[in-house]
Amino acid sequence: MNTEDRSVLIESLVKRFGDFTAVDHISLETRRGEIFGFLGPNGAGKSTCIRMLCGLLRPTSGRAIVAGFDVAREPESVRQHIGYMSQKFSLYNDLKVIENLHLFAGLYNVPRDLVGERIAWALEMADLKGKEAMMTGTLPSGWKQRLALGCAVLHRPPIIFLDEPTSGVDPISRRQFWDLIHQMAAEGVTVFVTTHYMEEAEYCNRLAMIYRGKMVALGTPTELKQKSMKGELLLIECEPLGVAVETLQGAPEVLDAAVFGNALHVLVPNAGKETARLQAYLVAREVQVSKIEPIRPSLEDVFVALTSEREGRKEPV
Amino acid sequence: MRWVRLKAVARKEVIHIIRDVRSLGIVVIMPVVLVLFFGYGVSLDLKHLPIYVYDREASEQSQALLKRFQSSDYFEIVRVVNNYSELAKALDDGRAKMAFVIPSDFSEKLRAGGTVSVQALVDATDDNTANIIIGYTQALVQVYSNDVQLEWLQRRGQRVQPPPLSVETRTWYNENLESSAFIVPGVLAVVMSVIGAFLTSLTVAREWERGTMEQLISTPVTSLEIMLGKLVPYFLVGLFDAGVCVVLAIFWFQVPFRGTVMALLISSALFLIALLCLGFFISVVTKNQLAASQIALVATFLPAFLLSGFLFAIEQMPQFVQLVTRILPARYYVSSLKMIFLKGTPVAMLYPQLVPLAIFALVLATLATRIFQKRLV
Repeated sequence: MNTEDRSVLIESLVKRFGDFTAVDHISLETRRGEIFGFLGPNGAGKSTCIRMLCGLLRPTSGRAIVAGFDVAREPESVRQHIGYMSQKFSLYNDLKVIENLHLFAGLYNVPRDLVGERIAWALEMADLKGKEAMMTGTLPSGWKQRLALGCAVLHRPPIIFLDEPTSGVDPISRRQFWDLIHQMAAEGVTVFVTTHYMEEAEYCNRLAMIYRGKMVALGTPTELKQKSMKGELLLIECEPLGVAVETLQGAPEVLDAAVFGNALHVLVPNAGKETARLQAYLVAREVQVSKIEPIRPSLEDVFVALTSEREGRKEPV
Repeated sequence: MRWVRLKAVARKEVIHIIRDVRSLGIVVIMPVVLVLFFGYGVSLDLKHLPIYVYDREASEQSQALLKRFQSSDYFEIVRVVNNYSELAKALDDGRAKMAFVIPSDFSEKLRAGGTVSVQALVDATDDNTANIIIGYTQALVQVYSNDVQLEWLQRRGQRVQPPPLSVETRTWYNENLESSAFIVPGVLAVVMSVIGAFLTSLTVAREWERGTMEQLISTPVTSLEIMLGKLVPYFLVGLFDAGVCVVLAIFWFQVPFRGTVMALLISSALFLIALLCLGFFISVVTKNQLAASQIALVATFLPAFLLSGFLFAIEQMPQFVQLVTRILPARYYVSSLKMIFLKGTPVAMLYPQLVPLAIFALVLATLATRIFQKRLV
């Protein structure tokens, strides 16, 4: 990809802390106006990766170009062209809403004649008009989060990095926040977002699944669901679940079995062939089966399948 | 370096100071409290020491001697008693610092031209005070003794020879030997240690603890802009507080100010820069408010108190401790303060104080900048 596109290009990026490899040879690129999701459990290396892309951490090896600038060599130019929202909306609680906005306008060196206009725009966008004089510490977390986003985009960066932006926010605010992200992407801003909420991952244009520092899959949510699974998925409702899942994990032709809610998701090479056979297999082992049917995998299924494959053993994650 | 970014950080820092009741209290009230506290509370002058007297003779002569004590500023005869046990009890209880006993043959021996011993029992729990009491007592008795001799000689019609030697003393710089004259200027060093190192030690650590540092450094702001933006408000606050202390010292405690404002400003600014950078450095290294403030207190406040020459003369400290004081900025600052206030030493003559202060400021500023840059990436 042409670096003029002012987006993100990562080549074999590595970050080690002593013996621990937090980010292990990750390569990817994003397109302008794309919502790119980093999906993975806590501690997978998502935040470390984002912090390197923002020029906050020096990569151990590999290369990352953000907005046309090398993160290792020109971190300050990178920072002028990105917006970053860290995990806990790190605003100053003892500053008023408007004071936080003025602070970040100053930090991003927003031209003086544009400051008023940009702040008005950010307030409008974050739905915080009329709340300028409120002390930031007293805002509900959904509002704080939108204010943090507003502060991070005052300089209209072409790329924004959001590190778990919706943790600790109620579902309605979360939905509102994602609307905001879509709106920005529509305006041509590349949004790089980490999350461990599977349903949020569905909102992304493309996803990278990260597990133990490695990228285990990359693609659109649909692609991932269709192509990443080495088999087809069966939903089995049965009783008792614990016995069933243990039995199935050792059963022939079963690639994986995991508990999802009060049912099992079982990965098999061919759903049509196995349905009847598995039912008989379970009944023979004193498991009462109330329902067995083929289903389309969710991102969570994909993630569980990919990560247990990595582990080299069949067990639910 | 961009002025806009520096100003943004500085403005935010000022808001932090103003909105936080504790820091505002430290900034506004502490200097006044400390100046008053040290100005009034810590007096190294010993005056009106309580003494008990056992006059076993109660003659005209013995009364004359006691009168000398009574009229001196240093002693206050609290009580006259009739036995030793009461004297001992008064010393035990601390009601008397000294018990003075005049023997029953006092006037008789004097008349005979013999030597009389008077007894002074001194409470020496505080050796310094005891030494001063002994000194005062000996001086008073000596003067009385001379007068008696003089009278004796005159009565015999002999010509009075003036004593062969006499000392003419003039006390310079602190003419009235008021301890407040040298203590109150020294309070500046203590106040600035609190503002400089203690308050700034909290500012960076707080940002790390609350996670705001991460957000701050994700913007194009540079480490130097953050550092200056954070320190400049405290620098101004420090100078303001120094001004408050100086005004109180001069107009309330009547401490003479013989030097120039320029000399005071230069030495205070250098000392303040050294302390601000030290506080910043500690804060960057610990990244923890509690640890940072504790270390800052031990590293600056206590030395300013104990080892700077503020209360205790450096010359009287053990050799090793004297060496230690050489690496303390407070020592040079307190010494320059005393010279500026009491001696009126001009800037050009203050280089033995200003040069070390400048070196401290430079070294600590470099260290703080370096370590901060390192910790950020």
